Amino acid sequence: MYTAPFEYRRADTVEQAIGWLANDPENSKVLAGGHSLLPLMKLVLAQPQVLIDIGRITALKGIRIEGDDVQIGAFTTYREIVESPEVNEFCPLLAQAAQTVGDVQVRNRGTIGGSLCHADPQADMPAAVLALDAELLIEGPSGQRTQSIDGFFLAPFITSLAPGEILTAVKIPKLPAGAHTTYLKRPHPASGYPLVGVGIWLTVHDQVIDNGHIGITGIADLPFRARHLEDFLKGRLLDAATIAQAGPLAADDANLDDDPYKKNLLQVYVTRALSQFGESFAAKGLNGKS
Amino acid sequence: MASQRIPVTLTINGQKIVRDIEPRTLLVHFLRDELNLTGTHVGCDTSQCGACTILLDNQAVKSCTVLAIQADGSEIVTVEGLEQEQLHPIQEAFREKHGLQCGFCTPGAMMLGAYLLNHNGPLTEETIREQLDGLLCRCTGYENIVRSIQRANEIMNERQNAQQAARATGVG
Ligand SMILES: Cc1cc2nc3c(=O)[nH]c(=O)nc-3n(C[C@H](O)[C@H](O)[C@H](O)COP(=O)(O)OP(=O)(O)OC[C@H]3O[C@@H](n4cnc5c(N)ncnc54)[C@H](O)[C@@H]3O)c2cc1C
Ligand code: FES
Ligand code: FES
Repeated sequence: MYTAPFEYRRADTVEQAIGWLANDPENSKVLAGGHSLLPLMKLVLAQPQVLIDIGRITALKGIRIEGDDVQIGAFTTYREIVESPEVNEFCPLLAQAAQTVGDVQVRNRGTIGGSLCHADPQADMPAAVLALDAELLIEGPSGQRTQSIDGFFLAPFITSLAPGEILTAVKIPKLPAGAHTTYLKRPHPASGYPLVGVGIWLTVHDQVIDNGHIGITGIADLPFRARHLEDFLKGRLLDAATIAQAGPLAADDANLDDDPYKKNLLQVYVTRALSQFGESFAAKGLNGKS
Repeated sequence: MASQRIPVTLTINGQKIVRDIEPRTLLVHFLRDELNLTGTHVGCDTSQCGACTILLDNQAVKSCTVLAIQADGSEIVTVEGLEQEQLHPIQEAFREKHGLQCGFCTPGAMMLGAYLLNHNGPLTEETIREQLDGLLCRCTGYENIVRSIQRANEIMNERQNAQQAARATGVG
């Protein structure tokens, strides 16, 4: 299957890519791993006239520590994230989510920047990136800016990127030492995309939850932070009673009232995800010290 | 616009290839239609089935979802490039363990298997099953595909041990 014809340009630097994008932002598209864009172009659901390949821009690749943050270039693949010692040490939640995306071959090509900019409400990474409070580094015709991940997703497939802007990196604050993390997903049986995906990190002392963030994807129009649930959990014992009360609260930050199936699915997956922590504490004698 | 043609240089199964192509040429079409390397199959053409899996700079990727021009400068191995002086362990094992039925998914299955042999630490049955997520076999011959990949792992180790032994005794 061939796509419609287009003009191909390979950028060596971010400036060059931005310059080319500025020529005709409406009809040009950035090409990263191509694992969302090319399938759309093959089905002629997207028909850009110019493709600007950012895959050779070295500044957009790789993972490094910058002070208290882990900085991940936009053109970093899922596989690189899964295998990264820095990610696994300081924000393992990101690797846990990346590990569930698609299949081996998809994880070898798809990028974190492509996933976030594509803004598919059914994508996995947003749950982790929201829970981790990421900051996005963005460059465009009017220079550089940073944008919190909160507020980046505006509608399905629509982000706060202005025409001509490029996401260059994702900055993730290191988690507090000893934070517990999990990403739990219910994959669609055919597509593998999440029907619901729940990303959680928690810090727990003496079985009491100090702090924690929860990002949820797949189930609502947009991925979201379950803030009501986070507030509820803080200061409570991580035990069966808390988890039983917590499950239903996840829906308070999403509008699922007209969809009892989704509401229930969300509750089940939040309960299961929290129970995983409960189980790991139970295995350690229920004192929560680790 | 349809007339843009750009040069692409690829090393395919060890051989350097230079061609002028239309940018929209998918890697799988480049292999099959330009180079007549029809071992790589197109199953779904929608990035789902993995029949088109090849190695791009040692990474298993779906060649129906990569533009040939994106691979410019890269090294590619297709199913035709697996055999060197002898059958690749994955080929030997697919034959021994009957890893194929109709054979349609087999090029992809073998390329994914060859990738897993080199990339996933200890290859347990569980990891093989997990990683086969990227391959659809319409004959549902998964049991024997799993056995074949396990056997290929053994063959690889046997060959390495034999080589080491030969070196130790000064032969070969
Ligand atoms: C078979 C299959 C299964 C999949 N399963 C899953 C799954 O289970 N979960 C999941 O989350 N995803 C899944 N995906 C999608 C996959 O994760 C994509 O890789 C990802 O959505 C897009 O990343 P990419 O690098 O391929 O981006 P591309 O396809 O190259 O680009 C996607 C969009 O983002 C824009 N873009 C890319 N990078 C930038 C940038 N740096 N700045 C500005 N704009 C940019 C592009 O212009 C385009 O509009 C699957 C894909 C396939 C083919
Ligand atoms: S033909 Fe490429 S994945 Fe099916
Ligand atoms: S052997 Fe027939 S599709 Fe796999």
